[in-house]
Amino acid sequence: MKDTAAPSPEAIRVDELHKSFGAHHVLKGVSLRACEGDVVAIIGGSGSGKSTMLRCINFLETPSSGRISIGGEDVAMRPDGSPLNRKQIERLRQSLGMVFQSFNLWTHRTVLENLIEVPVHVLKTPKDEAIARARKLLARVGLAEKEGAYPAFMSGGQQQRAAIARALCMEPRAMLFDEPTSALDPELVGEVLQVIRGLADEGRTMVLVTHEMKFAREVASHVIYLHNGLIEEQGPPDQLFGAPKSERLKQFLKSVA
Amino acid sequence: MSGLELLAWEAPGWGAALAAGLLKSVLIALGAFSLGLLIGIGGAYGKLYGGPVTRDLLAVYTTIVRAVPELILILILYFAFTSSINNLLLAWGFERIQISGFVAGIAVLGVVQGAYATEVLRGAILSVPAGQIEAARAMGMPPLMLAWRVTFPQMLAAAIPGLANLWLIATKDTALLAVVGYAELTLVTRQAASTTKAFFTFFMAAGLLYLCISILSTLIFGRIEAWARRGQVRQEGR
Repeated sequence: MKDTAAPSPEAIRVDELHKSFGAHHVLKGVSLRACEGDVVAIIGGSGSGKSTMLRCINFLETPSSGRISIGGEDVAMRPDGSPLNRKQIERLRQSLGMVFQSFNLWTHRTVLENLIEVPVHVLKTPKDEAIARARKLLARVGLAEKEGAYPAFMSGGQQQRAAIARALCMEPRAMLFDEPTSALDPELVGEVLQVIRGLADEGRTMVLVTHEMKFAREVASHVIYLHNGLIEEQGPPDQLFGAPKSERLKQFLKSVA
Repeated sequence: MSGLELLAWEAPGWGAALAAGLLKSVLIALGAFSLGLLIGIGGAYGKLYGGPVTRDLLAVYTTIVRAVPELILILILYFAFTSSINNLLLAWGFERIQISGFVAGIAVLGVVQGAYATEVLRGAILSVPAGQIEAARAMGMPPLMLAWRVTFPQMLAAAIPGLANLWLIATKDTALLAVVGYAELTLVTRQAASTTKAFFTFFMAAGLLYLCISILSTLIFGRIEAWARRGQVRQEGR
């Protein structure tokens, strides 16, 4: 490969990542690279390690070995993979907006309070500025009238859209989605995917773990198929979904179709 | 003298003396409850996240304090507390001091409360869903802020009923300080009763005063609990 055109800067890079839970070797050397504006989708069966891989990027899981860099900055790790510098991890996490399968909105705070919590208290954004930004984001995800509501009184789809707005309110460099629609009733999946699609369209960098194959094919710029902790196949979505090479991926796509 | 005359505010009535005893009881209970809460927060975090030595020491503390009758603990702690402080002072070349019953009472009851509060708060912290904490970690919130802004308010709803119990126990345990000669409500009541021989009147009066504290406390804790449960879907009859 030639390095001719200036590539867009690297947002997330994972090299040779290993992760074991006790004797259970979940990730056996996986790598990932997302440049600014890339949408990387990670697919795979249950237990393939896709969520673990995503959660290692912001150190919600501690890798066993490997290298991770965010925005070109290497995460300082001890030989056992644990982070060397808590402050660095906290700073890098602030640049990664995480969206969870189970939303995880803070139940004791209203939707608006959820959105401004980290901007105001951690990032020290002036409160009125954070509120203005939060309202804009809520309008964008279609929840303008819900800013005073408590999460428990909203539908799953509404909660997940609020959770996406909460992550965006930190103005992150990249977004991480961990199966964002898996806990939703089928009729609520569409509204959440529509919001995520909007983010992809505006050129946001995203890493997305998903079971929605059609969606992955439409929004991703690069797809990684994980099997048993290894990357079985990866490439552009049309190639991966249209002409899979590996027998396992063919089987997998057939089983989820 | 009639019962009401005995309870009159001005001497020869005992009203003012009883009120002073009540005030001391409430202040000691407040102090002991607050101290117990501080010990409990430290103890709960130590038990959950501390190293093996911390955990063992805390286990010894909560086991012993909760196993031994409070009356005995108060006698032991009160005399041990005051004499060890004086021994320390003497060893450092200071004069022996008279430790006020008020301070000693708060310290002693606070240590007892702390053991129970440790367990109440430990359970409450465990009841906070992991996802609530994970969301804050994922956004880069530092640990102390996370404890204060996420874990603490989240566990409050689960902790309030247990803490309300502890507060009521604190108000009543102040009566045990009568055995070490501290003039709180129960001791004053006993003095009044034995001086006037109107046992029934005075002990009924004291009982009513304790009842008033407890009713008022229940109302206040009810308010706090309703506030702590904001944002939760009401689940009645479960």
